Amino acid sequence: MANREWPLWEVFIRSKQGLNHKHVGSLRAADAEMAIENARDVYTRRSEGVSIWVVESMNLFASDPSEADALFEPADSKVYRHPTFYDVPDGIEHM
Amino acid sequence: MKEVNISELERRFQEKIDNDIRIEPKDWMPDEYRKTLIRQISQHAHSEVVGMLPEGNWITRAPNLRRKAVLLAKVQDEAGHGLYLYSAVETLGADREQTIDDLHSGKAKYSSIFNYPTLTWADMGAIGWLVDGAAIMNQVPLCRCSYGPYARAMVRVCKEESFHQRQGFEIMTTLAKGSPEQKAMAQDALNRFWWPALMMFGPNDAESKHTQQSMDWRIKRHTNDELRQMFVDATVPQAELIGLTVPDPDLKWNEETGHYEFGEINWDEFWQVVKGNGPCNKDRIDTRRKAKEEGMWVREAAMAHADKRAKRKSA
Repeated sequence: MANREWPLWEVFIRSKQGLNHKHVGSLRAADAEMAIENARDVYTRRSEGVSIWVVESMNLFASDPSEADALFEPADSKVYRHPTFYDVPDGIEHM
Repeated sequence: MKEVNISELERRFQEKIDNDIRIEPKDWMPDEYRKTLIRQISQHAHSEVVGMLPEGNWITRAPNLRRKAVLLAKVQDEAGHGLYLYSAVETLGADREQTIDDLHSGKAKYSSIFNYPTLTWADMGAIGWLVDGAAIMNQVPLCRCSYGPYARAMVRVCKEESFHQRQGFEIMTTLAKGSPEQKAMAQDALNRFWWPALMMFGPNDAESKHTQQSMDWRIKRHTNDELRQMFVDATVPQAELIGLTVPDPDLKWNEETGHYEFGEINWDEFWQVVKGNGPCNKDRIDTRRKAKEEGMWVREAAMAHADKRAKRKSA
């Protein structure tokens, strides 16, 4: 087990209450607790966060960019999901 | 995946680049683009890490508590910058451990400036002002680099770096306003760091073999000489303001071009330092190696502890 590299963790930071956690980068740590402590030192030295999530990178699953067209195509053909698709008669100010 | 040939993939890739659409880790990219980025980002990371050493040399001897706290914070930032960059380089499939071993074996380079010794306290001023100043010139355009993770790391770095330059300039200003001995110390530091700072931008454009491809890929947005000129134009008036003299007899303002003209850089010295023959190359790498070797048991113990706790949890 000598020289075994610490696993890679993805770091997500909530910058203030009311906002969602956002991916900021990754780091190496032996376990989750150390990953959170390291994330504090690496990614929040200037009060950038009020909450930290860490996820071991091997547990993160991502869509394949080369399949992005097919994956997101269903939304492209449904313009009627947007309010701008509809005619609003003159005289109506707010709708 | 549909069968698409390489030239078609390359065409689509370049089209994205030309439209300023960022490339992200899992996107297809040419091998050479990947290699170029791994080389550049890892060199950049190594420079941040080795860059801690010349300044670390003065932490215990800072002249007062304020300066000491500031210097500590700055050196800690450099460590953080190294980590953002190693994180970016890993997104390209490079192995972090291997990347660091390449630094220690001498295979990977880092910025030649950190192979100069820091002889006096004024060097802390000169480094912050000139070295971080030059680094900012280089890094600001990298915030728009075509590779997403590198660009995002640079945004963070640039936000933090401007304090580095200001604290350095503050040290120089204070010394320049002090006793004749203090002012002489500041001038001496400027004399020693001016030319190495200009060398930080790399060889002249005509000699720079990677520039054109990196510009086409929008990794680089300016050539070495353009950035160097921007740095000289910005820095000379700052030296004048605090009563210090830039050590270049050929330096003069050109009214017509609106730029400073400056003397020839000693490229022999530059290449000597890049090749490992600078005043501190050996010392820097020995220090890094020693840190890694002597920290080995700590990293192993942390891993063993994590394993034990994981086992206990699942039991």
